[in-house]
Formats: sequence, structure tokens, C-alpha cells
Amino acid sequence: MRYLPLTTQDRSSMLATIGAAAIDDLFVDIPEEARLTGPIHGLPMHAPEMAVERHMKALASQNLVAGDVPFFMGAGAYRHHVPASVDHLIQRGEFLTAYTPYQPEIAQGTLQMLFEFQTQVARLLGCDVANASMYDGSTACWEAIGMARRITKRATALLSSGLHPHYVGVAKTMARFTGDALVHQAPSLTPETDIAGLIGQIDKNTSCVVVQYPDILGRVDDLSALAQAAQAAGALLIAVVTEPVALGALRSPGEMGADIVVGEGQSLGVGLQFGGPYVGLFGCKQKYVRQMPGRLCGETVDAEGKRGFVLTLSTREQHIRREKATSNICTNSGLCALAFSIHMTLLGEKGLRGLAEVNHAMAVTAAERLEKIAGVKLLNSSFFNEFTLVLPKDARSIVRALADRKILGGVSLGRLYPEEADLANGLVVAVTETATLDDIEAFATNLEELLA
Amino acid sequence: MSRYFTEEHEWVEVEGKIATVGITEYAQQQLGDVVFVDVPAEGKQFDKGDEAAVVESVKAASDVYSPVSGTIVEGNDVLADEPGLVNSDPEGDGWFFKLELTDAGELDSLMDEAAYKKFVADL
Amino acid sequence: MSMNNQGRPTRPAEDSAASPAFATSTGNRALMLEEALIFEIGDANRTGVDLPEAPKAASRLGGLERKSAIGLPGLSEQETVRHYTRLSRQNYAIDLGLFPLGSCTMKHNPRLNEKMARLPGFADIHPLQPIHTVQGALAVIDELGDWLIKLTGMAGVAMSPKAGAHGELCGILAIRSALEARGDKRSVILVPESAHGTNPATAAFVGYQVEDIPAKPDGRVDVDALKARLGPDVAGVMITNPNTCGLFERDLKIISDAVHEAGGFVYCDGANFNAVVGKVRPGDLGVDAMHINLHKTFSTPHGGGGPGSGPVVFSDALAPFAPLPFVERSEDGKLALIEEESMEDHHASSFGRMVAFHGQMGMFTRALTYILSHGADGLLQVAEDAVLNANYVLRSLEDVLDAPFGAAGPCMHEALFSDNGLADGFSTLDIAKGLIDEGFHPMTVYFPLVVHGAMLVEPTETESKAALNQFIGAMRSVALRAKQGDPSLHSAPHFAPRRRLDETLAARKPVLVWTEPVAEQAEAAE
Repeated sequence: MRYLPLTTQDRSSMLATIGAAAIDDLFVDIPEEARLTGPIHGLPMHAPEMAVERHMKALASQNLVAGDVPFFMGAGAYRHHVPASVDHLIQRGEFLTAYTPYQPEIAQGTLQMLFEFQTQVARLLGCDVANASMYDGSTACWEAIGMARRITKRATALLSSGLHPHYVGVAKTMARFTGDALVHQAPSLTPETDIAGLIGQIDKNTSCVVVQYPDILGRVDDLSALAQAAQAAGALLIAVVTEPVALGALRSPGEMGADIVVGEGQSLGVGLQFGGPYVGLFGCKQKYVRQMPGRLCGETVDAEGKRGFVLTLSTREQHIRREKATSNICTNSGLCALAFSIHMTLLGEKGLRGLAEVNHAMAVTAAERLEKIAGVKLLNSSFFNEFTLVLPKDARSIVRALADRKILGGVSLGRLYPEEADLANGLVVAVTETATLDDIEAFATNLEELLA
Repeated sequence: MSRYFTEEHEWVEVEGKIATVGITEYAQQQLGDVVFVDVPAEGKQFDKGDEAAVVESVKAASDVYSPVSGTIVEGNDVLADEPGLVNSDPEGDGWFFKLELTDAGELDSLMDEAAYKKFVADL
Repeated sequence: MSMNNQGRPTRPAEDSAASPAFATSTGNRALMLEEALIFEIGDANRTGVDLPEAPKAASRLGGLERKSAIGLPGLSEQETVRHYTRLSRQNYAIDLGLFPLGSCTMKHNPRLNEKMARLPGFADIHPLQPIHTVQGALAVIDELGDWLIKLTGMAGVAMSPKAGAHGELCGILAIRSALEARGDKRSVILVPESAHGTNPATAAFVGYQVEDIPAKPDGRVDVDALKARLGPDVAGVMITNPNTCGLFERDLKIISDAVHEAGGFVYCDGANFNAVVGKVRPGDLGVDAMHINLHKTFSTPHGGGGPGSGPVVFSDALAPFAPLPFVERSEDGKLALIEEESMEDHHASSFGRMVAFHGQMGMFTRALTYILSHGADGLLQVAEDAVLNANYVLRSLEDVLDAPFGAAGPCMHEALFSDNGLADGFSTLDIAKGLIDEGFHPMTVYFPLVVHGAMLVEPTETESKAALNQFIGAMRSVALRAKQGDPSLHSAPHFAPRRRLDETLAARKPVLVWTEPVAEQAEAAE
């Protein structure tokens, strides 16, 4: 076995040192009737690199690769170009094969990176502080709802109808067990989000209002009035950003008054990866930092007075507080946070704004082309790089038919909301810098043919 | 004026109906550098033994129990900015909160200084 | 107050700042290069990317254009590569040497795993692509799930949990769902004192009361105490096996039978599965749910704190309650993804969704690659070598360090020591920091809580005898210094990129994000 360095001779000499006659003497605590004597029956034996590679490649080849076809999918996971240096740097063994930085003297690389990441995220989201990452956007969203409960001591959360249905699903699962009440309904196909309706639902039991920006249909709305209304009623505004590139063009939720801003950081550096691993972003106002879940990195000095970084405010966490912790999260998404941070550093403000501009311009171009198709209506009055089309027929079958023509043409609302017949004709289309004008034309032409 | 101690390492100083509560020198040594203290707000009511405050060091978080029943008249707000006072002067300026006693009789079950010293020595 | 004895120095001793022989003008020390923050060296107008040209289009941002500066510095590609390469060199890593963190299973991360995870057919597919365009991805999930079921002797598996603690949550939610389904309101979860902090945190997170179960002097759960506590209010127990003292809970089957008898369920924390993979199947010991840390047992990289992946295997009793989504193979061999849309009646008991999309695909491809490389025979060898290496360390150090459970028999994959017998004023912390100077990452310290000044050493199976001997030699030397009271240990490490850091300061005055130095702000304002 290529990964196991002990030779048969090593094993016997080590057993002699230990004073054991055979390896099974070390497993005596496993009851004999349960102890296995040989390899588990019916499973393959070890294999050389080449054989494993052949097997995995055969599986990989059964998938339609996004980069090989005109691609317009989003709905919480976006395809952006990741510069070559990002993947090179995250594969440095000192990042890839390090542990959580519990020994700060020999983990300054990871710690400084996390401090930089926290600062980048806080600035992007418009928050005072941000943590060192969560698993993903959906779990960050639920953690924010729990945090609002602890801060306000209230347990009713208002979820905007524009919140990603998977995020709603996660919150519903958790709320069933924690006793939180969630107020939520599926979106309706309107050009704008219903901010006024949300404001009208806020009352003295409301812990938080959770709103996605841009929302699941791609719509963008000013959150300022919502933030004021929530705060006036003693509730918090939680904003959810599933496409952080949008914040290169749009005002940040923090700027508009959100108390907690969470997000999915996958867009930058991480890639699609069939849904994971991704990286949850979590920022909030300074006054709430002690109620924040997850790890935090902070600046300090060493014995010689040199600047250094450590994990800090750890008493919020499970390994110290145990059943009183703010969250049970332990391992988070360190390497994806690194990828996000490197990509953001390569972009810088100029690059991020430029990237956002290209995304928006491509999306506007695509929307204008697609709405010219007979029977197709563009829903949104405003959007960033994602918008919703209303087709004259069920969008699910169209998406499948497009895929058969090697075009990944958006996410149908039927996939996201299988129980909502009213939404069945909705198609959410994302357009990033990775799409070309030719791709847009191919998409439009094929959609036209399929609808004809 | 007299001082009482609990087995949970709180001290209580009573003056009239007002009791001042903090943690002992022994407790602060066990905790290490205190970095954060959360004291109760005025008006809060506690029964004897309720969790009334939180004290945190870098590696540990502990609840401070109210040694007696009563209503909070003051929390030591200075500790928010100077949690190190709990280390440097735990039984003086590092006090946690003052409360108005509900039942002075509860003090009878607490230790005096000599008894507490013996209790700690036996730990 | 609730007492605890975790107090230990969290800032450098007053006299430990002995200045180096001479200081360089740059602060660099030959190959050890100091590196400033990107906020100090970058510029908002510099960038390391060239973008495609944007087509002409009118803005449709609804009047919400960002007007103010964000404050994100950029670097050219060369500067970026240099910045992160310099930072990386300030980290210890498995690639540099033995990483003996107990309970963390820091084994070698094979590079074939990385190569396979980056195949575009896995790395560049969208989670919501039509099912017929991702059959290969679903096959990876299905095949890995099948291995996990067979290796553990269980009935079902949930693949979506994002890490170990998330897997614990998944298991506890399934237990609670199963109890609710039979109208049984139980409120208590029993957790041994030696458990990982995530166990009580998880149980409390979903509303259970957590009660401690004591350990016996031999480091194992007190079965009689546990049995005595069982009753109609106990939903289940969370038990780690092998436990955090590095010992196999040999009475697990007896415990399981008793818990089942009392109407509860058994959750097993599988963080330490590496010690027994292929050697015993938890399903044979009556376990109802167990998470598996793919980033421990199955070698996916730790990445400086994640991402992990925590699939959960289930017994027959709990499998119907597993979360959405999951993969199902139909009779024609086609794979279906069972999510909200396709749940239908036969999956009505699922407790719902825990994450957006389908879990840590990038970790699945790595773990499956690792498993296929080892095969059933190789995995058995993994467990045997992991346990052999740990016992070798235990027996090679027990004459210089107190091994509280050493006399009772062999350990599993990790060896546990205490600070008993060190010179007055010397502690586990000094040994840890002394090891850093010797070129090793320290073992897990001050955990488990049941042993004073605990030192938990897990060498893993991927260390050679020579590497173990080198570590043992370093450990012996540092332990002897701590026993003799060598004061230089108090100020260790001396040779790391940083000396001991002031954690007290960091916690008292938290600085969590970078801000412009005041002087520069004043200049800018002028």
C-alpha cells in the first residue's frame, strides 16, 4: 500500500517493543464476536493509482461539464472564472494540510489569512466584523436566525418570499426542533419584491426579518426602510447574499442598515463543485459580536512585541462552552475561505467593480435578447446578473430539453418549488462573465425553437 | 459589616440590606486571565443559586451564582472595560454586583472567612 | 461559580522577551520572511486579473448602485503569489512532518485525491443541473455511501452533513424525529464527561437537556451509572468509540442493548473511526447513528480548519428519518436525486433538508479515491497500523510521562498522557511549546477534560517507524526538561515565526478587522 510506510519487519519489531505477540493483542478490547478477522467480504481490494484514476474518470465523464456548454445557471451557485494562481496557492501543503490554528506560533499563515478574509468580508458586506467562515450560505442563514433569537429573546422569524428555498428548507428543519416560529410563503411572480408586505408583518414577537439581496428571482430592492421598520420594532434585519459579486455593483446590505449579513462565498475562488464545499460568510454589527457563531481571528502581539494573530473570543464556542455554546460548529470552511480571499486579493476593488460591471452588462444583454422571444416575458424591473423569465409553458421540461441540446439554460422554478403550480413557468437565468455573446445567441435560438 | 463565602467560591459582603457579591482570590487564580465579565442589570431578581453573572478567561467560561436571593441594585460596569480587575483585586474593586437581600436568613448557611480558608485548603 | 480548572497562562511571561542575538533591519531571518497585510501592501486601483470587455448596456440595478469605496486592496498576480507563499511558510503542516493532534487524525493527504476532485466532470458541474446530466456525480455519492454502509454494518446513510458536528446534528435530529413519530416526548441526552464539546453543544442546540455520565477510573464509561440513569425521559446517549482517552468502549454492545431496552437510541461519535475501520462494524455493536469525518478517517485535507464532511450512517430504525436530499438507484440502474420534488409518499418521514444542495461533493470524490486506493484489505491495514503506531508511542514514552491508563492495557489510535510528575510550575503548555522548537506540531492539549493537563498523541498510520522514533526522541527530551524544571521552556517557542502570543490582550481588546492606522486617517482627512 503506497500510503503505508511500515514494513512487515517494522511491524514485528514494534510489536516486540510494545510487548505484544500479535497485532490482535492490541484489539482485545473489541469483543471477539464483533471483531473482524479479514477484509470485509464483497468489497474490492486495494488498487494502483492508474486503476483508481480510470474508475473516477469514467464517472466524471458521465457528467455534462458546465464549462463545455453555453451555461446560464445560478440560484445560489454561480460560475465565475477563477484565476489560475488561486488553485495553485491553495494546494500549497502548508495551507492544504494544516489543521485549525490552535498553536498560533506555527499557524500565522492561516491566521493572518483569516484576519485578511474577515476584513475583506466585513467591508464587502458593509459590516463592522465578520467571522472566519461557516459551512455555506444556507447554514450561515440559519445560524443568523438563531443569533437573532438570542439577542432579541424572541422566536418568530419573518422570512422573505424571495429567500432561496433551500435556505428556507434548512431553517424549517431546524426550527421544528428549536421551537422557533417561521413566517414564510413562496414568492409570487411580480416585478418587485414585497417590502411593504414584510414591514406590515413585523410585530412585537418578531426576532428578525430575513431578506435575500438580490433575491431568488434576481430582484433587487432597497432594504433601508425594512431595516428601520425592523429595528423600530426591536427586531433585527438579516440580509442574505448568495452572489457576492453583486456587491461590487450594488450598495451593501450593511450600508442600508442590516444588523447581520450572511452570504454564500462560492462565487469567488471556490467553483461550482456540484454544491460543495462552499464557504459561508457571516458579518454583523460590532455590538453583536459576542453572540456570533463560528471562529474569530484577532490581532495581538507576541513576547517580543511583534504583531501576530490568534483565534479569539473562543468562549462562545463548543469546545469551551459545550452545551451553552452559540453554535455547535467546529470545523468550518477554511480552505474555501482562503480561495475566496486570494481571488478577492487578485481582483481588488478595481477588479471586483469591473467584474460586477461585466456581469451586469452581460445579463442585461441576455435579458434583452431573451425577452424578444415570442411568449417570453422578463419578470424583473431590476436585477444584477440573474433574472427570471416567464415562459409560455412548464420550464422544467424546457430546461431538460435544452440540456439534451447541450445548453444549461437556467434553473426552473419547478425544480425549486415543486409544490407551487403557479411558478411552474418561471425560469431563473444567470449570466456571468463566463458567458459569451455567442452563448447567449445559442441559448436564445434554441429556446425559441423549443417554444415554437 | 461582615463577609460570607460559598463553596462555589463567591464572596458576599453585607451592609444593611445590601449585599455585594464577587469571586474569591482562589477562584480568580483557577480561571487565569479574566477577559470578559457579564454582570446583571439593575432590577433583575434572583433566587439563591441562580446563574447571575458570567466570567470568562481565554480558555474558560464560568457562571457566577447568586449566593443569596434578592434584587440587583447595581452591576459593576467598570468590569466591562477592565475585566483584569477580577484578577488584580477580586475581593475589592473586582466585585460583580450588589443586590438587596430578600431573606437575610439565607446568610446563615454560608461560610465565614475561616471556614472558607479551611474549605479551600482541603480541595 | 461553576468552577473549572482550565486556567493557564494565556500571555507571555514578563521576562520571556529575551532579544535575539541581533536584529535584521527588515525583521526577516534568512528564509523566514515577514509579510505585511494586503491592506498595507495592496492598492484599490491595482488588480491581478484582466477582464473581458463589457458589452454596452443600460444599468438595471434599480438605482442601488454602490457609490462609496469598499476598501478592498488588490495585488498583481506576482505579488499575490508571493504574499500567500510567504504566509504559507509560517504554517506547520502534515506535508512538513508528523502532526500528532489527538482526535484529529492528521494523516497524509494523498495527491491523487486532489487530482480526481479537480476533474472538470466533478469540479465544474452545477448542483441544480438536470439529473440526467449528472449521473456520474450521483454515482460517486451512491458508491461512497455504499462503502460507508458496508464498512459500518449499518442500513442507510445521509451524505449531506457538512462536517462532523453537522453530522452529529443530523444524527440527533433523526433520533428526535423517530421518537416524535411514535409520539414519545423524551427530553434528555446522556453524554460522557470525556466527550468532544460538540456533543453536548449539538444536543442542546436542538433543545435537549444534556446530562453527564461519569467515567470509571479505567477511562471508560461507567456502565452501571449509565444504566441507572436510563428511563422514559432519556432519548439517547452520545458515545465516542474509540473514546477520547484513546480506549475502546468494550461494553458498547451492553450499553446499546440497555438503551434500546429503555426505548432510547445510541449515537456514536465516529471521530475516531480510523482506529477500527475494517476491524469492527459499529452496526454490530448496536449503534443507531454514527457520523464519519471524511477529513479524518478518509484523508480529505483539513485545509487549516475545513472544509470537512460528516456523512451519517443509520440503523434500520433511524434510516427512514434521514435528511433530504439523497441518491436512489432505480431498477434500470439510473440514479435519482430524492429532494423536495421527488420525495413523494415513500420518503414521508425524512426530517427535511440540512443544507442547500447535496453536501460536500469535493470531499466525496477525494474520500472515494482514497477508499478505492486502499480497498477492504488496505483499510484494515490502516486501522492496524494506526493502533500499532499509537501503542509504540505509548510504550516508548510511558517511562518519562505519566500515562494514566497505560497500565490497564493497549490503547487504540491515540496515546494519552497527563502532566503528573512535571517539575513544580511546569505544565502541559510548556511541553507543547517546547515541541514546537523541536520542529513538531504539539499534540492535543488539555483535552479530554477528565485527565489533568491532558496530552493526546495520535500519530496515524501514515508515519514511518523512523518518523515515530524522531518524534519520540523529541518528546522525551522536552518531557525530561519539564521534569527537571528547565526555565527556558517557559519562554518557548524560541525559533517559531512568532514567540508566545498574548491571547489575553486579543480577548480583552478584540481587533477582528484591519483599520487604517490613526495617523494615516488624519493625513487623509487633511
